[in-house]
Amino acid sequence: MTEPLLSVRNLTVEFPTRRGILTAVQDISFDIMPGEVLGVVGESGAGKSMTGAAIMRLIDRPGRIANGEVILQGRRIDNLPDAEMRKIRGRKIGMIFQDPLTSLNPLYRISEQLIETIRTHLPLSETEARKKAVQLLDDVGIPDASRRIDDYPHQFSGGMRQRVVIALALCAGPDLVIADEPTTALDVSVQAQIIDVMKRLCAENGAAIMLVTHDMGVIAETADRVAVMYAGRIAEIGPVRDVIKDAQHPYSSGLMGAIPRLGANLERLTQIPGSMPRLSAIPRGCAFNPRCPHVMDKCRIDQPQAVQTAPGRRVACWLYPPQDGTTAAAERQSAE
Amino acid sequence: MENPNLVKDVPAEDLIVPVQAQGRLARALDSDIFYSWRTSPVTVVATLVALSLVLMAVLAPWIAPYNPFNPASLNLMDGFTPPASTGAFTDNYFLMGADNQGRDVLSTIMYGSRVSLFVGVLATLFAMTLGVSLGLIAGYNGGVIDAVIMRVTDIQLSFPAILIALLIFGIARGLIPASQQESMAVWVLILAIGLSNWAQFARTVRGATMVERQKDYVSAARIMGVHPILILLRHVLPNVLGPVLVIGTISLALAIIEEATLSFLGVGVPPTQPSLGTLIRIGQQFLFSGEWWILFFPAMTLIALALSVNLLGDWLRDALNPKLR
Amino acid sequence: MTKTLLDVRGLSRRFDVSQPWLNRKIEGTGKLYVNAVDDVSFTVKQGETFALVGESGSGKSTIARLIVGLLAPSKGDIVFDGTSLKDGLKGAKARALRRRFQMIFQDPLASLNPRWRVVDIVAEPLRVFERGMSNRDQRLRVGELLTLVGLAPEDGVKFPHQFSGGQRQRIAIARALAANPDFIVCDEPTSALDVSVQAQILNLMKDLQKDFGLTYVFISHNLQVVRHMANDIGVLYLGRLAEVAEAGALFDAPKHPYTRMLLDAVPDIEMTGRRRKQVEGEIPSPIDPPSGCAFHPRCPFANDRCKRDVPKVINGVACHAVEEGRIG
Repeated sequence: MTEPLLSVRNLTVEFPTRRGILTAVQDISFDIMPGEVLGVVGESGAGKSMTGAAIMRLIDRPGRIANGEVILQGRRIDNLPDAEMRKIRGRKIGMIFQDPLTSLNPLYRISEQLIETIRTHLPLSETEARKKAVQLLDDVGIPDASRRIDDYPHQFSGGMRQRVVIALALCAGPDLVIADEPTTALDVSVQAQIIDVMKRLCAENGAAIMLVTHDMGVIAETADRVAVMYAGRIAEIGPVRDVIKDAQHPYSSGLMGAIPRLGANLERLTQIPGSMPRLSAIPRGCAFNPRCPHVMDKCRIDQPQAVQTAPGRRVACWLYPPQDGTTAAAERQSAE
Repeated sequence: MENPNLVKDVPAEDLIVPVQAQGRLARALDSDIFYSWRTSPVTVVATLVALSLVLMAVLAPWIAPYNPFNPASLNLMDGFTPPASTGAFTDNYFLMGADNQGRDVLSTIMYGSRVSLFVGVLATLFAMTLGVSLGLIAGYNGGVIDAVIMRVTDIQLSFPAILIALLIFGIARGLIPASQQESMAVWVLILAIGLSNWAQFARTVRGATMVERQKDYVSAARIMGVHPILILLRHVLPNVLGPVLVIGTISLALAIIEEATLSFLGVGVPPTQPSLGTLIRIGQQFLFSGEWWILFFPAMTLIALALSVNLLGDWLRDALNPKLR
Repeated sequence: MTKTLLDVRGLSRRFDVSQPWLNRKIEGTGKLYVNAVDDVSFTVKQGETFALVGESGSGKSTIARLIVGLLAPSKGDIVFDGTSLKDGLKGAKARALRRRFQMIFQDPLASLNPRWRVVDIVAEPLRVFERGMSNRDQRLRVGELLTLVGLAPEDGVKFPHQFSGGQRQRIAIARALAANPDFIVCDEPTSALDVSVQAQILNLMKDLQKDFGLTYVFISHNLQVVRHMANDIGVLYLGRLAEVAEAGALFDAPKHPYTRMLLDAVPDIEMTGRRRKQVEGEIPSPIDPPSGCAFHPRCPFANDRCKRDVPKVINGVACHAVEEGRIG
């Protein structure tokens, strides 16, 4: 079995405030294999972006990693000095954010930004770096790249800018790309193009992707595996097809039912009552228990642990108690 | 399917919105603003200093050891009594010494702060009212009205405030008959300082108004046909008051200093109603002959007042700025 | 036959995006205009939902603001229940009309005054349209409305920031319903919300429509949501209508190439293996739109006529290729 590219073990991120400590990410563990696309899906406040930021060590103070380990290619990176971490960012891990304007400096030409990033991480001369930069822009589908490379960010349209950001993220040949809502700010017709470019280029370079998004549709098209997050915890993780077709956690199945679809013209959508709890008021036991249709007494007291229900599939729900998987399935059948 | 929330046959008592759940005081004590005040020692000290100076000024007629303007209680022969000693010809005790006319410096400071604060507060309120109104009108209407108001603001801001105040003071003096000049002096001073300080308010409020009027709660009111003046007063004004409060505090400190400057120059309040500035003017005549206390104590009071109010303004600006939270 | 409640005729709106006067004189440039909405016509039937779909720059939000009177049209007319709104609204007749229409906005936080208590926010239409209503009656009505949208009367004393996004949108809906309107313009009401909350709000809006016979103009960029809500749909591209059709027909047999492209671009959540079709190009800038049919640079069926002439809406489709029978 191959070694995982990235291992996150029991990661916890906390924000101390005057009203007590808020836990934005609680005790989450997952692996990303080389070349794999892992989707992280969840609603606002689920802690999905925070997880990505914690891996990159880009959490704003006073937030802090309170517990857990992040291991990249066998090397622990969550406790590295800042200077070492800066070398990993860009070289080993590339980043793509929601708003391309925030990742590009409006005062510098695209060429300057690309060449500087390339030369920071790779031993190339100015002309070689420029050649590589043009090549990259060409790869991400910017027409007439050798001329447009000297433009400023504002001279590009939203979709083209996001292509530039992808080029920037990939320019040092990273092994992992963390993409945080890369298509959310874009129009539907452009979204598909960007997803396509990102997926194709990462596959060509052998880079794995951690795709953080709230959009199940994007996950369905792009990811190999998906982790569904709720209130800072992973509710369910598994192959994307299994989770979408047969969600085991009541939250993920509710989420799937809530998405309006073109094919089915239903009178009413499945709705999960209530809303995601604030970080300051996460319920005791399972965080989802006040909204769960299958809630049991146990759910209100004890927090469920992630249990393997099938190969590569883990669910944190008392419908699937730790000791025996078969009775759990039966219990779930009767609950429905 | 029936809407489960559709209301039927429920007694009115169960549906009515209660009048108030949480008292204003409880809410204020729990607010982020109060927390940031409580956790900043400098601000707490500044508040205490400002508060005690204000109390001292307001309560002067009752707590001042002597009435410095009552000729009966004065003895010219007590003049220049040093601090913390008894007068030579009366039994009056002078904690901060006596001035050239035998007046108790502590008492004159108390009465003087009263005049300074009165002028400062009223001038700032006047500037605030004028500036906020013009800013609201300019920001909400835009176009030509906005252009005219903002150009006037620009011109106003390109003169030193003290120059404008002197100018207005001079013009007012020329218009008011000599017999009334004494009694009108304080009001003229308030008008002059107020008119030289409104531009900051106007400019800030105009910017904030332009942001707020784009927001959808204003659109919602416009769709209902709410009158623009009501929209400005009920919707926009409460939402632009934050920065107004900050500028208001800082410009209070400025107004107090401006008043002192004018009085120091001799164009401010009449000598019969000395303010801190007048006291400093009187005191500086004796600085080099060794009677330092006549200048020192009023000057320190002015500094303490302006500094504490300024510190409060600084804290307020940080506390209300979401970016610094 | 259902009655037509809203009739939009040849609606156009032009925005002046010129540089300031001094800059124009110095740089020698002329005035610059954007046609945000250009000759748009459609009708909305009473008790139904008419949806406007489009991407950025399509002018859909401008149309919403034109309908409720936040903007004045440059050309064309809006007829609401037989009354033309062209000449603006004045006097008692205006009040009677205004109380019949309301709007729900995209960002529920921005649409609620942060300094007001919820009870005052929801009661605002009552203060405008029910002058003389006692404070007790207002609070009673607000409590009723809050219950109706799934909140509690006790929530009335709180401030907007104490609620979640979905709850805030419920408050906005309660306010919209306060004066018993029959027509509501919804401008992307759920696009700032999470999926599970979006489902709650969409269900609520459908329930309310049924209970009170409401008519919606529903504006969205999300085709799945529109599919779920609308009876009729208008597809906008760069300020012009590309296609207007009954919802079922539009999704089953889209005619305009842009509509087809949009449908192909919807993510395949069912995982049927259908791949999103690659769409060429991006939306041009509305400041400098392409000549003729604005969609021609991205259209696989474009010919010389498409580059030259603006297509008219014929049988609900504005496309030369459909008109000439080049595509079916």
